[in-house]
Amino acid sequence: MKRCVYINDDDLSHDIYCDNRISNRKYTVWNFLPKNLWEQFSRFMNQYFLLIACLQLWSLITPVNPASTWGPLILIFAVSATKEAWDDYNRYLSDKKANEKEVWAVRHGVKKHIQAQDIHVGNIVWLRENDEVPCDLVLIGTSDPQGLCYVETAALDGETDLKTRVIPSACMGIDFDLLHKVKGLIECPEPDKDIRRFDANLRLFPPFLDNDVCPITIKNTLLQSCYLRNTEWACGVAVYTGNETKLGMTRGVPEPKLTAVDAMIDKLTGAIFVFQLVVVMVLGVAGNIWKDTEARKLWYVEYPTKGPWYELLVIPLRFELLCSIMIPISIKVSLDLVKGLYAKFIDWDNKMVDQETSTPAHAANTAISEDLGQVEYILTDKTGTLTENQMIFKRCCISGTFYGNEIGDALKDEDLVNAVATRSPDVIHFLTVMAICNTVVPIQRQNGTILYKAQSQDEEALVHAAAGLHMVFVKKNGNVLDINFNASVIQYEVLDTLEFTSDRKRMSVVVKDCQSGKLFLLSKGADEAILPCASTGQQTRTFSEAVEQYSQLGLRTLCLAWRELEEDEYQEWSLMFKEANSALVDRDWRIAEVCQRLEHHLQILGVAAIEDRLQDGVPETIETLRKAGINFWMLTGDKQNTAIQIALSCNFVSPEPKGQLLLINGKTGDEVRQSLERVLLTMRITSSEPKDVAFVIDGWALEIALKHHHKAFMELALLSKTAICCRVTPSQKAQLVELLKSCEYRTLAIGDGGNDVRMIQQAHIGVGISGREGLQAARAADYSIGKFRFLKRLILVHGRYSYNRTAFLSQYSFYKSLLICFIQIFFSLISGVSGTSLFNSVSLMAYNVFYTSVPVLVNVLDKDLSERTVMQHPQILFYCQAGRLLNPSTFAGWFGRSLFHAIVVFVICIHSYAFEKSEMEELSMVVLSGCIWLQAFVVALETNSFTILQHLAIWGNLVAFYVINWIVSALPSSGMYTIMFRLCRQPSYWITMFLIVVAGMGPVLALKYFRYTYRPSKINILRQAERLGGPILSLGNIEPQSRAFEKEVSPLSISQPKSRSPVYEPLLSDSPNAIRRSFGPGAPFDFFQSQSRLSSSYARNCKDN
Amino acid sequence: MSSGEGSSQPSSKKSRQPKYSRFTQQELPACKPILTPGLVVTTFILVGVIFIPIGLLSLSASERVVEIVDRYDEDCIPSDQEKTAFIQSDKTNKTCVRSLTVPKKMQHPVYIYYQLDNFYQNHRRYVKSRSDKQLRNPENEDLTSPCEPEARIDNKPIVPCGLVAWSLFNDTYGFSVRGMNLSVNKKDIAWDSDKNYKFGSKVYPKNFQQGSLIGGGKLDEKIPLSEQEDLLVWMRTAALPSFRKLYGRIEQDLEANEKITVVIQNNYNAYAFGGKKKLVLSTTTWIGGKNNFLGLGYITIGGLCLFNATTFIVMYLIKPRPCGDPSYLSWNRNPPGN
Repeated sequence: MKRCVYINDDDLSHDIYCDNRISNRKYTVWNFLPKNLWEQFSRFMNQYFLLIACLQLWSLITPVNPASTWGPLILIFAVSATKEAWDDYNRYLSDKKANEKEVWAVRHGVKKHIQAQDIHVGNIVWLRENDEVPCDLVLIGTSDPQGLCYVETAALDGETDLKTRVIPSACMGIDFDLLHKVKGLIECPEPDKDIRRFDANLRLFPPFLDNDVCPITIKNTLLQSCYLRNTEWACGVAVYTGNETKLGMTRGVPEPKLTAVDAMIDKLTGAIFVFQLVVVMVLGVAGNIWKDTEARKLWYVEYPTKGPWYELLVIPLRFELLCSIMIPISIKVSLDLVKGLYAKFIDWDNKMVDQETSTPAHAANTAISEDLGQVEYILTDKTGTLTENQMIFKRCCISGTFYGNEIGDALKDEDLVNAVATRSPDVIHFLTVMAICNTVVPIQRQNGTILYKAQSQDEEALVHAAAGLHMVFVKKNGNVLDINFNASVIQYEVLDTLEFTSDRKRMSVVVKDCQSGKLFLLSKGADEAILPCASTGQQTRTFSEAVEQYSQLGLRTLCLAWRELEEDEYQEWSLMFKEANSALVDRDWRIAEVCQRLEHHLQILGVAAIEDRLQDGVPETIETLRKAGINFWMLTGDKQNTAIQIALSCNFVSPEPKGQLLLINGKTGDEVRQSLERVLLTMRITSSEPKDVAFVIDGWALEIALKHHHKAFMELALLSKTAICCRVTPSQKAQLVELLKSCEYRTLAIGDGGNDVRMIQQAHIGVGISGREGLQAARAADYSIGKFRFLKRLILVHGRYSYNRTAFLSQYSFYKSLLICFIQIFFSLISGVSGTSLFNSVSLMAYNVFYTSVPVLVNVLDKDLSERTVMQHPQILFYCQAGRLLNPSTFAGWFGRSLFHAIVVFVICIHSYAFEKSEMEELSMVVLSGCIWLQAFVVALETNSFTILQHLAIWGNLVAFYVINWIVSALPSSGMYTIMFRLCRQPSYWITMFLIVVAGMGPVLALKYFRYTYRPSKINILRQAERLGGPILSLGNIEPQSRAFEKEVSPLSISQPKSRSPVYEPLLSDSPNAIRRSFGPGAPFDFFQSQSRLSSSYARNCKDN
Repeated sequence: MSSGEGSSQPSSKKSRQPKYSRFTQQELPACKPILTPGLVVTTFILVGVIFIPIGLLSLSASERVVEIVDRYDEDCIPSDQEKTAFIQSDKTNKTCVRSLTVPKKMQHPVYIYYQLDNFYQNHRRYVKSRSDKQLRNPENEDLTSPCEPEARIDNKPIVPCGLVAWSLFNDTYGFSVRGMNLSVNKKDIAWDSDKNYKFGSKVYPKNFQQGSLIGGGKLDEKIPLSEQEDLLVWMRTAALPSFRKLYGRIEQDLEANEKITVVIQNNYNAYAFGGKKKLVLSTTTWIGGKNNFLGLGYITIGGLCLFNATTFIVMYLIKPRPCGDPSYLSWNRNPPGN
């Protein structure tokens, strides 16, 4: 399907496409109520509560006032509806602001000020410097004579650098005055969300130009929400408007993530629901039998001999209502509240603030903090995640001479400085390639210095290095580049740019020396992409050795090459290139093919090595988390050697002899299978030994393994704790996450760039590093942190506490609901199984909503172990990972406790309030206060650390219970008028309370003490150790130290001083940025993938020959 | 090599950073109690030491209560007659004379209760069948909807309506000692709150017990509800199927071994459903009537606490367990990774 846009046509296009009204709203005023209610009621819990509330309207069966369910239910609904409405209103306001923004657009041949929402497809829109682009435009004119303009795309992809946009060739040279009279036709694809691609054609109508079709790419567009920078004005034709823009298409709410804890709570809720049904059935049948045998004899009840048809249902339904409190209505609200607070604690945490950029950690998803404590697998990106992604040019090898050594980097190497001074031709060419073979934009600042705006960190490092060696890239004037070399200006004209793609792994520019008029092809790229293209006869061995040597040092390498072009050869090629560029189908593939035709017979100039330092604290963080039982997988686009090197230096795998690396490789299915089977065999053998075994696989073998040997690979994934996957694509990263998820593991994916977005969204928890690569990953992630090392604190402190707290809170919620429910059931046994409620409506509601909710909410401050202890003994995380604190058996414990407490309360109350005291209202309050007393002590016993707030909440709540009931008892209109005063005056009331507390808590305390002392859990031991303090804690420290020692003697370790953690990584075969740039998230990706496979095989062939 | 948090700790105040407070950093000062043997044993001993005396005190208070319980439902019916038919008949003479012996001196006031066993005043159908609004205010006499099936008669509202009022207990007792009538004080047997608020002083019984089916006692239509204290007592529904309700007080001491003659009008039908009727005379102490449960409970629980404490001490002596020994941590015993 194609879209035809008639430029500046006021009549035709209006009705076909939507206008530029942006709407992010989920609701309108009219559909809000039904739609919101519908959404809320699609949840099982809400349906259940609604059913209960509706049943309660039938006064024949309701045990209590319907308000006791309707009140909380409406409250819960109102709260979440209000939240939705508020969010939607804010969206509306921001939409409205964007929609009503004034823009200049051409209407009927005249430039007019109109609102952004009135732009239609085909309109010509004018922008001034620093204006926001209101819709997707195809550029047709700029203030720049070369037709260039600069845009900042931060809002779109999070990248902060400036990007160059150029007007299509057909529009070159149109007069400013004529621009708003331009007519023409743009053929473009239907709206999609790929912000990297736009394959369209433009044809201007006479009188402007001939009927030539002019290709349009993403470079000719201005996308919605970008900003125009460094350009006086620009104008363009609207092609996509409103919600059909590239940005609009990418909008969407991701699927809500469900934590393991939530799933467990749901499961337990289901179990309780079944239990409830059983109770209801049993009591219902018993009630009916009792009614028929006994109750008919009770003349004072006056049971009619013949009831209505539904008579049999009445008693079971009554019990259903009576037992409906078994499922606590408050649990959802309480959990939402505390989860919000967990997230806030993460946001507030001072210890997770990146001091360099002062970015605090942020929890974008407030609902999944518990999962952090249950992580079993961490899948991590390498560049920018483990490393700093701050590139520094370190060494180089120019035509066989190595520059730079351990003492200083190449820039300070006197030999190199001398070589530059003597104008050694190889060195000069090398520097020229460094300076201009790129897409860097230099910006002159007021103080004379030059700021480089680069898309890739590598390029920036190279340009800076060249500048350091007096080859300064000063100005970019359209296609003309000014190089300042030793005070003389050299000008080059860029004729073509053969762009970088992750498949080509190299980029080239064709430049013309303005003085001599000679044409050059300058290339740079990964060794395997450049070296095979070397001119026949040139020895590439030195270079591959240099690459090898630099990789060993952990540096990223780039090969630089050049070739002089013949005029004829270039002209011929240029035509093909143009044609390929205007192809509508398979454009990428065809361009790659055409590029290959030029990139041959290169003269290799040398190898540049760039350092990307490991971030602070990465080895320690990984070591700690590995001790905590978390398995690490490294997924990187980098090559095998580099990945292994980095893995070793950051404790990913232990060095020999403790660790063992198993390689899986192979080019064909059979090779991969054999290799895989061999590795599996070794794994099975070694799995019993305490050995650190990791497998290494590259993207190619992974592709085969996943496709043809899925089962074997799955087993491998289960067996191995560590894996290094190199040269993997973003979609493979996501596939691996999916694989681990299918094995029922909790996965956490951490990354920093756009190529990690899919993995981050796929994993149970996505963590983004809000680093130098822009915010794309951080935006898509559930949590964003400034540095990798904060992951330790995020998991061990926040994740663990959140899990512990939620585990207690949820089970406690069931405990207190079951407690009151069991009492109701017991009471029904002595009230003729007729379904009488012992408690009045107000008390029941207050019990659930207030008395038992407030103390437990303060549990969010509870800390079983101090942060320090957890950091020292990360193994303790095992309790969270294995779900030791919330599972059916712990739940059974709480269930038993509530049953026991119900028996205690009930038996004591009916015996001490027997005979003349057995008044309904009084007994009800005695039982209720017994429950309140017990629950205060239960919370107190289960609290590990008491802060002032906890004391206030627990004991204050007990006091509040009395105060509230005194107030209610003072109101004559209430059912329990004077009851509480009467009770509090009776000594036997207080005696009963204390008896309940001691009888209820005594056994619990004794059991807990017994377990604590004689069957202690690790947590208990650490708590005790923590209390005793000092020397014991240090025991835990011995081990990591000894391991650190081992590492230094290992043969594989790098001879750099450890304190700097200077682990280098050889150059990623693809520039990390560029690969990120080439994939937009979402659907069009797959389409792109299918193509890239084709071309990747071609890249391999190229490498092999 | 102090890791992440070490290096970021020192300077923690910058503009964009979260505000530092002990709450936001989860660093509120906290006390972390630990279940040490000392603490637990002390707690149990302390509880035991406090509970046993309280138990003894309660038990002795309960023992001081003098109580006479006389079950009369069986004996007050001629054995040759069908019980339900006898009690339902208008013509039978239901007077019954019982003789009670005072076991110990009973100090005034001596409370007179009637006890009903196996009477489900807490049955849902029963407990709901009343209209508190009607009882309170004469204007609400038509609010009888909850009172079914005793709501209206010939479409006129019954006041007081409902099963509770309708089944009003109507046995009466007359007491005499040595031939002298003992006066029974039936004033102030109901709760003050009921008299003053719950039952209106302007609400008079209407159409009560006029139906074909007569439940229990009848009410004097000239006396407002708030002064019908028997009704008030009855309408304080009992939570248990076995309950006592106050009938009146004898305002004089009863000497030990005195014979009390009770003349009972055995009107109330407890035979139909196998209920028991008992007459109870009882004194009272601070703990209330005779009820050994609390005292025994306290002594038992207190004893168990002491027993627990001893067990824990013995266990501690036999098998001392060093507290917080990290050698119990499995990962300190086994190599890591397992």
